[in-house]
Amino acid sequence: MSVVLRVRELSTSFSGPGGRVCVVDGVSLELAEGEILALVGESGCGKSVTALSILRLVPKPGRIDAGEIEIDGQDVLALSVSAMRRLRGGDAAMIFQEPMTSLNPVQTVGSQVVEAIRLHDSVSQSLARRRTVELFEQVRIPDATDRFEAYPHQLSGGLKQRVMIAMALALRPKLLIADEPSTALDVTIQAQILELMRDLQRDLGTAILLITHDLGVVNELADRIAVMYAGRIVEEGARKEVLSGARHPYTRGLMRSIPSLARRGEPLAEISGVVPSPSEWPAGCRFSTRCDVVFERCRAEVPGPTRLSNTHSTRCHVVEREESA
Amino acid sequence: MFAFLIRRTAYGLITVLGVLALLFVLFFLYAKPIDIARRAVGEKAPPEVLEKWIENHGYDRPVLEQLKDHYRRMLTFDFGRSDLDDSSIKERIRRGVVPSLTLTLPLFFMGLFVSIGLSLFVAYFRETYIDRAGVALCVFGMSVSILIYIIGGQFVIGKMLRWFPISGFDPTPALIARFMALPVIIGILSTFGSDVRFYRTVFVEESNRDYVRTARAKGCGDGRIMARHVLPNAMIPILTRVVVAIPFLFTGSLLLEAFFGIPGLGSMTVDAINGNDFSTLRAMVFIGSLLFIGGQILTDVSYTLVDPRVRLG
Amino acid sequence: MEPHTISNIVVASLIAAGGWAWTRAARSDLWRNAARELRQRRPVALAVIAIFVAVGLLDAVAWIGGGEGAENTLAQSKPRSLVDRLFPIGFKEASYSAPLAQAEFYGGKPLKFPARHLLGTDILGRDVLHLSLKGVRIALLIGGLTSLIVIPLALFLGISAGYFGGRTDDVVFFVMSTLASIPSLLLLIALIMALGRGPVQVCVAMGVTSWVGFCRIVRGEAFKLRELDYVQAARALGVPEFRIILSHILPNLMHLVVITFVLLFSGLVLSEAILAWLGIGIDGSWGQMVDQARDELARDPVVWWNLMAASSALFGLILAVNLVGDAIRDILDPRTLRENL
Repeated sequence: MSVVLRVRELSTSFSGPGGRVCVVDGVSLELAEGEILALVGESGCGKSVTALSILRLVPKPGRIDAGEIEIDGQDVLALSVSAMRRLRGGDAAMIFQEPMTSLNPVQTVGSQVVEAIRLHDSVSQSLARRRTVELFEQVRIPDATDRFEAYPHQLSGGLKQRVMIAMALALRPKLLIADEPSTALDVTIQAQILELMRDLQRDLGTAILLITHDLGVVNELADRIAVMYAGRIVEEGARKEVLSGARHPYTRGLMRSIPSLARRGEPLAEISGVVPSPSEWPAGCRFSTRCDVVFERCRAEVPGPTRLSNTHSTRCHVVEREESA
Repeated sequence: MFAFLIRRTAYGLITVLGVLALLFVLFFLYAKPIDIARRAVGEKAPPEVLEKWIENHGYDRPVLEQLKDHYRRMLTFDFGRSDLDDSSIKERIRRGVVPSLTLTLPLFFMGLFVSIGLSLFVAYFRETYIDRAGVALCVFGMSVSILIYIIGGQFVIGKMLRWFPISGFDPTPALIARFMALPVIIGILSTFGSDVRFYRTVFVEESNRDYVRTARAKGCGDGRIMARHVLPNAMIPILTRVVVAIPFLFTGSLLLEAFFGIPGLGSMTVDAINGNDFSTLRAMVFIGSLLFIGGQILTDVSYTLVDPRVRLG
Repeated sequence: MEPHTISNIVVASLIAAGGWAWTRAARSDLWRNAARELRQRRPVALAVIAIFVAVGLLDAVAWIGGGEGAENTLAQSKPRSLVDRLFPIGFKEASYSAPLAQAEFYGGKPLKFPARHLLGTDILGRDVLHLSLKGVRIALLIGGLTSLIVIPLALFLGISAGYFGGRTDDVVFFVMSTLASIPSLLLLIALIMALGRGPVQVCVAMGVTSWVGFCRIVRGEAFKLRELDYVQAARALGVPEFRIILSHILPNLMHLVVITFVLLFSGLVLSEAILAWLGIGIDGSWGQMVDQARDELARDPVVWWNLMAASSALFGLILAVNLVGDAIRDILDPRTLRENL
C-alpha cells in the first residue's frame, strides 16, 4: 500500500493586529492509498487550515511556516506555481463546506465541471461535456443532461454538493480532501452525500482526508481517525481504537459527551471550560486547562507521542505514565 | 422579461411626472414673474413693458392653467424660448449636443478603460505594496477638488508644458483632438481616484469569495481566475455605476465645458445659471432627468443580461 | 438678536451636545473600542481634524469692541471673532502682495504691514491667511449644518418606510425615486436659484439633494431590523412602536449614521466649491477663494499664493476627513456600506 499523503510537522500561522498567531502547530498525518482518514476536532482547532495548507490554499495573511507535505511522492512545498496548478484538481482535489457559495453564480454548473476537466486534460469541448454528464450521473444527479445547463442558484444544496463532488473527482484524483462536506446540508441529504462518497471511494479507490466535527459522520466513513485540539493532533488510530478505546482525556471527553439512549435521564456530560484561542494557548499540554486528570508535568512540558499499538498513538503525559507503569 | 420591461418603463414614466411636478413647484412658485421679467428685460424697465413681457411669456395666468401647460409642453418637448435672449431652446439644445458628445464620449470610454484596467492591476496585487500605494493615491486623488484639477491642469499642461491649447473648440476633424485632449485628460484624472477605488473594492471583494477558492482548488491560475471568474461577477455592481452615467454623455460636463470653452449643453446650462434663465434651466433639468431615468431602466435591463439569477429568478 | 450672538450660542450648545454625546458613547463598549482603534489607526488625520475644528469654533465666537488700532471705528463696530482678533484691525493692503513681502506685487509700493502677511494678500489686499482661517468655519458649517438636515430627515423617512412598510413605504420610495432621478448638480442649482443664495439656503439645498442615498440604506436596514427576533418579541408583548424604534431600531443604525456623516462631509464641502465657482456658493468659503483666484495663474508674473492657500486648506481637511471616514467604516461596518457608498 503506497502512501498518498504524508504530512510532517506542518505549522501554519496568520498575522493579525496582535502579531503572528500560530494556528496549526506541528501536525503530522499519513494517508495510504484508498484509505479514509477522519480529522476530527471542534471549531477553531485548526483542522480546516490544515486541509487548506496541504494544497497551499491558505489565504493571505496566512503562511505555512514549517513542515513537509508529500502528495504521491511529490514535495508539495517545493512545487512551482504551474506544477501546483497541475496538482490541484488533478491528482489532489478538495471540496468545501458551503455548497451554496462555492460555485460561480454566473456560470452553468456544467461549464464549471468542464473547466475543471479541460484544465488538466486536453480534450475537446464536446468530449468534456459528455464526461461531465456521465459524472453527474455517477454522483446521482437526476436529469443529468438538463442539469448541465442549470445555474447554481437553481439547484438545492444537496445537488450543488454533488456537483462539487463531481468536479473534484472528474480527473480521478489519488487524494480527496473533504472539508465538512455535509455539515451545511439537511440531515437526510447528509446521509445521502455520505453514502455517495463511500460508494465513490470504493469504486475509484481515492484516499480521502475527511475533515469533520461530527462523530456520527466519522463512524459512518472513517478507516482511521485523528483527533485535533488547539492546533495539535492529540490522538490517532484505527476507527475502533479511537471510538471505543480512546485514551486521551480530550477524546474520552468527546466520546462521553455524545448523548446515548442507554443513559437517558442522566445529565449530559460536558468538557468543562472553552477551547483557548490561538493567542491564548497555554504552555505545555494545550488541554491542561480543561483536563480532569491533569498534573504538574502537563502544564510545563509539551507531551510527546506515546505508542499504544501499531496504529494507535496519543500525546498525553498521563497516558505515558500509565503505559510505562 | 418583456413584462418586466413594461412595468419598469411605466414606473419610470410615473417618476417623470413626479419630476415635472417638482420642477413646476421649484420654478414657478418660488420665482416671482416680476423678477424674471426684470432680469430679462432690464431692472429699469417701466412697469408696462414688464407686464407685456409677463403676458407674452404666459406667467400671469392662474396656477392650475400654468401647471397643465407646463406638463403639456414639457411632455411634448416644447421648451419655448430662453428668458435671456428669446432664442429657441430646442434649437440651442440641438446645436449643443454634438460638442458635448465630442467631450463626453472619449472621456467616458477612455476613462472606463483606464480605471478598470488599473483597478484590475491593483486588485491582482492586493495586500501588497502596489495595492496599498494605489489605494493611498486614490484617496489623495479623491480629496482634490475638480476645480483644482482643471486650474492646475490648464496651468501645468497648457501653460508650462504647452502640450495642448488651454481652451477653445474647433469642430474641424483635424484640429478637434488637440482641443479635446486637455479636457479629456483632466476629466479622467478628476474622477480617477474614486472610480479606481470603487472598482478595486469590487474586484477584491469578489476575489475573496468562496467560488474563487473552489476555482483555485481545481487548478485555475490567478490570471484565469481574474478574467473568467472575478470579472464577470464584478460586472454586476460595476454595471450599475457605469450605465447610470451614460445619460450624462449628452448633458455634458458643466465645469469642463465652461472652463474649456466648449459650446455644448453644459455651457448652455452654466449660462442659464449665470443669467437666471429659468426657462432654459427647466428644460435642461428635465432632459437630465429623462436621461437619468432612461439610464436606470437601462441598468435594470443590463442586469438581466449579466446576472442569471435576475434573468431566471 | 445679532447674528454673532446666535453663532456664539450655537457654538456653546454644540460643545454641550458634543460633551453629552461623548459621555453617552463612553458608556458603551462598542464605541469605546471603536474610538480606541481609530486613535491607533489614524492619529495624524484625527489631529488635523481636531485642529480644523478648533479653528472653526474659535471663529464662531465673536463680539464687538476691543482690539488695538483704534483708528478705524467702522471696523471696531463690527463683531470680530477670536480668529479675527489674531490679526490687527484693518489688516489690509491695496492689492496683491507676495507672502512675507515688503512691497506690493505690482508696482512695488511699500506695504502698510510689511513682512507681516504670512501668505500674502489677494486682489483686494486682504490677508490670505486670515481668509483661509475664516474659511474653516464655513467648511465646517457646510458639512455640519447640512448633515444636521440630511441625517434626521433620512432617518425619519427611512425608518418610517422600512419599519412600517405598506403605503408609507410606497410614498417615501416614490419621493426618493423622483428626487434621485434629477441629476444632483442640476437639482442643487435649481433649488438654490429658487430658494435664494444665503448660507442657510445653500445648506438646505445641499441637504435636499443628499438625503436620498442615506435614506435608502436606512430603509433597507430598518426593514431587516424589523424582522429580528427581539423586535418581534417586543411587538408581541405590546410595546408601543415608538419605543421599539427608539430602543431597538435607532441604536442599531447609529454606526451607519457616524459613517455616513463623515463620508458625506467631504462630498458636501467639495460640492460647495463647485457651487462657489458657479457663483452660488457661500461667502467666504475656500471654494469662493479658488473661484476668485481662477485667473491668477494666467497673470505674468504668476500670483500663486491665494490659490495655493485655499486649495491646500481644502485638500488638508478633505483628505483628513476621507482617511478618518475610511477607517471608521472599516471599524464600524463590515459590509452594508461598501457597495452603496
